[in-house]
Order: sequence, then structure tokens, then C-alpha cells
Amino acid sequence: MSKLGIIINREYFTRVRKKSFIVMTFLTPVLFVALILGTFLLSSIKDGESKTIVVADETNKYFDVLKSTDQYQFIKSKSFDDFRNNSDKQVYATLVISDDLLKNPSAITLYSEKQVTNDLERTISNQLNEYLSDEKIASYDIPGLKQILNESKVSINLQTKRLSEDGTETEASATVASIVGMAFTLIIYMFIFIYGAMVMQGVLEEKTNRIVEVMVSSVKPFDLMMGKIIGIGLVGLTQFFLWVGLIAVFNFLGGAFFMASNPDVIGTGTEIAANPGMMQKALQVLSTINIAEIILCFIIFFIGGYMIYASIFAAIGAMVNSQEDTQQFMMPISILVLFAFYAGIYSVENPDGPLAFWASMIPLTSPIVMMTRIPFDVPLWEKLVSIVLLFGTVLLMVKLTAKIYRVGILMYGKKPGMKEIIKWLKY
Amino acid sequence: MYFLETKNVVKQYANHLALDQVSIRVPEGKIFGLLGPNGAGKTTLIRIINRITAPDTGEVLFQGRPTVENDIYNIGYLPEERGLYKKMKVGEQSIYLARLKGLSNDEAKKRLTVWFEKFDIMSWWNKKLEELSKGMQQKVQFVTTVIHDPQLLIFDEPFSGFDPVNTELLKNEILELKDKGKTIIFSTHNMASVEEICDEIALINHSKVVLSGNVDEIRSNHRTNTFKVQIAGDPVKIDPTKCKIIGEERKPHTPVLLRMEKTNEISNSEFLSYLLKDNELLSFQEEIPSMNDIFIKTVNNS
Repeated sequence: MSKLGIIINREYFTRVRKKSFIVMTFLTPVLFVALILGTFLLSSIKDGESKTIVVADETNKYFDVLKSTDQYQFIKSKSFDDFRNNSDKQVYATLVISDDLLKNPSAITLYSEKQVTNDLERTISNQLNEYLSDEKIASYDIPGLKQILNESKVSINLQTKRLSEDGTETEASATVASIVGMAFTLIIYMFIFIYGAMVMQGVLEEKTNRIVEVMVSSVKPFDLMMGKIIGIGLVGLTQFFLWVGLIAVFNFLGGAFFMASNPDVIGTGTEIAANPGMMQKALQVLSTINIAEIILCFIIFFIGGYMIYASIFAAIGAMVNSQEDTQQFMMPISILVLFAFYAGIYSVENPDGPLAFWASMIPLTSPIVMMTRIPFDVPLWEKLVSIVLLFGTVLLMVKLTAKIYRVGILMYGKKPGMKEIIKWLKY
Repeated sequence: MYFLETKNVVKQYANHLALDQVSIRVPEGKIFGLLGPNGAGKTTLIRIINRITAPDTGEVLFQGRPTVENDIYNIGYLPEERGLYKKMKVGEQSIYLARLKGLSNDEAKKRLTVWFEKFDIMSWWNKKLEELSKGMQQKVQFVTTVIHDPQLLIFDEPFSGFDPVNTELLKNEILELKDKGKTIIFSTHNMASVEEICDEIALINHSKVVLSGNVDEIRSNHRTNTFKVQIAGDPVKIDPTKCKIIGEERKPHTPVLLRMEKTNEISNSEFLSYLLKDNELLSFQEEIPSMNDIFIKTVNNS
């Protein structure tokens, strides 16, 4: 094996065998799913206690309309004054209706000590609105009006289909494309940052441990740097593929779970769970998005973006002497990556707009922004130009940073200034 | 035949000249001491020999020819600032470093086993480096330095951080390597160990070689014609044109100990026979300067 191979081998296996890597790889998707499901479940749990709402209906027309639910118990009271005098009861809110609501829709007020929940407002409004609407229809005294009105409610179902050159139609959904784009943008952003920073840690560790002096007496500094960058990059790709595999398994199991289970149990808060048909449709649309293409692009853009940032991080690690010193150099890099991330998020709104276009061409932001755009079908030439620019920059960056790295790893003592670093480039 | 030569090596860093026309000649199979105060340029020279950095001008000859890439397989380098991967297991780490020096996985394992057994550290194989004491780590580092059986060994301050027992052990290892015909460059501040194990030295100060040659020759060249002499009875009869007393030490119940300086014109035996003629001589010894004295004197003068 070549020396580069030996170094890659070490960098890769020492990290992949770490417990933290294994745990994080398997736990992160589980945590992610648990977080989403958990939020739904928590939000759908109702208060155990039912709340008492006193209804002071001065018109005596509406109390019967209000039906008590599990959560809200409606109790009749003669008048607002009567309630005020006997307010020793544990009452959540008081509903006062002072006039005919058809004539005076504002003649209804809900009093409470605490801010009432949206849910209660909705429950009362819905029940009364429906009743009043029927009342109103009835007041026109036209036979069969209600039925006519019902029939006149038209809802269109807009189908979005993508037309390819050969005329075949595929179902498409901008929403699904945005979600997929966002997911991959987030992943590539995280990966570039996390694994780039890992390269910096590794370089810094070798430098502060002083092992670097032993290393460079047997290998070229360039091999040492590239071995580290490539080895850690492979760790990133390994994690990505494990996740793709895990998500595929989850998807399969999760799909079966949703189909089999009673939608009520999953939580009425989720539209998808309440409507298995929609879930099915989402899956169907998802399958029309070219996952293979996205994954291929992810790999290419991850490699490019990672190489650029990892080599910058390697140079930073070589320049400084301690963890604290890295902050100053990290700042501009973080801002740049964060900018790319936000550019990616905004590009979802307008994936073919000028911001999205240029940010997906400029190599420092292109890997992140391009991932947002890919699900929206980017023309091939744009992808190719972006990739060529990206990898051209990779070559340039690696060349420059290798020079800084070579000098930096053997320099101890004071932190180098900008002037000195430029001098290093000329050595 | 010199195993390693540097010829007029110059290395300029941004703000200072690290090496100025440095030429050293390291004979094969000898221990060569590279001496000099901190910051004199020793480490830079060692890095150039190791091909870690390149000289601006001048050349490094390996067995008479300019060095090539693969020569690093023939060098074992123990840097002053030592370090290994703290989180890596001792055995795994040693194999890794040995493979980078060109050994195959199996060969590395075989040789490491021999060395580890020799040092009785086989039980550390599966321990992480950070679990070992500093002295133990040094032993591991020494093994990784010599594992590929290089012809040239470079030890930069090898004894720093060792306790006396391990210092002795290491010294014996170094002498054993010399017996096997290895050439050793030995950089140190510890002048006592230089006298003990070095054959040749070069003293670098302010980026220049200020003194070099065989240790015995250097010491004898730096003789100051001073002697420690004990004579029974007072007063001492001497001729001031031939020698003078430059100091005396009196202790009860012992004869007085004189420090005497002879002139250059007379040899040691003439001086001795001259003293014998008129005095009852009890002891007579020339003061040969230690490397430490020579070091300090040379550095201060240059």
C-alpha cells in the first residue's frame, strides 16, 4: 500500500471504529424520527380535565346548540349577573350572549381570567357558525336551498405534472421537491461543516502532540494532509450511506406502520396520519423525484465542497497552536458557510432566480445551494459548469492550503499574521 | 568515507538566517555529537538531513552522493519534541509508524514483538498511549525510531525526560546500535554524555559551525597547561620562568594541593622531571578541559 493509502486507512478506521461514530450514526436518524413523532404525539394529547364554561344566554336560543365535549363542559346560567354573584365555582370561562346573533353578530363575549385556548374559541365559533348558517338559510324560506348551496361548493384539484421531452407525464409536487431539497441542503451543510472541522481537529491534534515531526520525517506533508482529508471524507460518506440505508428501512417499516395502525392512535394532529390516502400520494410523488440522481449529485457536490472547506480547515489547524486560536480563523469560514446555507433556504422559494443561480455556480456556496435546486430539475449544463468550477477550485485550494500546511505544521510559538501566511505561500 | 556530509548548507527564514554555510562530516559507524545552544540551528539542520525541509543552497551527501527521496527509509529520527497519537493503541500505532517507514504489516509486527519483548513492554500492546507514563511512552517512541533498522539514527536530546535507570538503558541501546555499525547523530546539551559516547562533534552557534572534530583531539587542543600537583613539605621550590602557582587548596591532615601552570616551551615530562628534582611529589595530573568548559568558552567567544 502506498503511504497515502496507509494514512487514509488509519484516519478512516480509527474514526469509524469509535463508539461515538457508531452510536451517532444509528442514533441520529432515530432521534430525528422520535423528535418528529414525539412532537405530534405530545401536541395531540388532550388535557385530562374537562373545563367548565358557564353560558349566560340572555336570548335563551343558543345554549342547546353548544354541545359539551370531552374537554369542555357547558353549563347554563340565568344571566351574567347571576353568574357574577355565584362565582365560587371552578369556572374556566364564561360565555355571555346578549342579543340575537343573526342580527347582532358581536353580541357574544367570552370572559375568562386566563387567556383561553384557541381550541375553545374554535369549538364555540364552529358550533355556532354552523347553526347560524342553517338558521339564515332557513330564514330565506326557499325550499331545498341548503342542498343547492352544498352542491354549489366546488373544489378544484390541481394536478401538477412534469412534461418531459418525449411527452411522458409524471406527477410532480413543488412541496415535495422543496422538502427534499431542503433536507439535502441541511445534510450537505452539516456534513461539510462537521467533517471539515474534524479535519482541523485532527491536524491540530497532530501538531500539538508533536507527532507531526515524526510523521514528516517519513511522509511528505502533502500526503499527510491529503490522507487526513480523504480518510475523514470517506467517514462522512460512510455515514451518509448508512443513513440512506437506515432511512430506506424506516420508510419501509414506517409505511407499513401507518397503513396498519388506527389513524386516531397516531394523533389526530397530523393530517398525514389522519389521511392514509395522502400519505400514499406523498410517497407516490416522492418516488417520482429522482432519488438516484439526487444522491449522485450529493456525492459529487459533497466531495467538492468538503475538499474545499476541509483543505481550508487543514490549513487553519496547521497555522494555530491551540484550540482557542482557531476561533479567529473559523469566523469568516462560518459566515461563508452560513451564507451558503441561507442562500440555499431562500432558493427554495425561487429555485431558478438569480440568487439561486449564482450561488449555485460560485464554488464556495455551490455545493450547498445546488442541493436545494437539484429536485427542481436543473439544466444539465448548469450542473456541469458548477461541477467543473467546483473541482477547479478544489485543485487550486488544495495547492494553496498544502503550502500553508507544510510550513505551518512545523511552526510553533506565535500565531502567524496575514503577512507571514502570504510569505509561506511563496516558500 | 563519510556516511553523511552537508556542504555549505544555507537556510534563510523570514526574519533570520538559520544556517550559514554549515558543513559537517559524519564518519560511518561513529557517534556524532551535534552541539550548540538553543536556537543555534541544530533542529533546522536535522530537518534538512531528514528531508523535511530543503536547504536554500548547499547540499547534503549520503554515502558520497546527493540524498534522494528513498533515503528517509534509512534514517531513524527521534525528535526533541516527542509525540505519538494519544488515543491510539500502542501496538497499532507502532505498526502504523513502521509501515510508513516502508515495512510490511507482518514484518512490522514481527520486529515490534522482538523489541517489545526486549524492553519487556509486550503487555502494553493493547493499551492506549495515554494510559502509559511519560517514561513508558519514550520507550515506545524509541522502538518506533529504530524499528526499520536504519543505517543512520538521529537522536535529538534523547535523554530529556528519562529517569536515570532508563537513561542508562537508552545509552546502552545507542552504544549497541553503534556496535552494529550504525551511524548516529546525537544532538544534546548534556556535555557529560557527549564525553561519554560521542566520537566526533560539531558545535553550532549563531547558525555557524564554530568548532568541529574528534572529541579527544578537541579536548587536547583546548588544554591550558594547568596541572594539579601535590607536594609534601613546604615551601615548594620552583623556577618562575618555567611555571607558576595559580592556586592552592589547604586542608588539615592532607598535603597542600596546588594548581600550576607551565609555560608552553616545556613538555609535560620536562615539567614533571623538573618538579621531581627539588620536591617530594605526591601526585601529578594534567587538567584536561571538559566538553562543558569548551562549550561555554567557545560559545562565549564567538
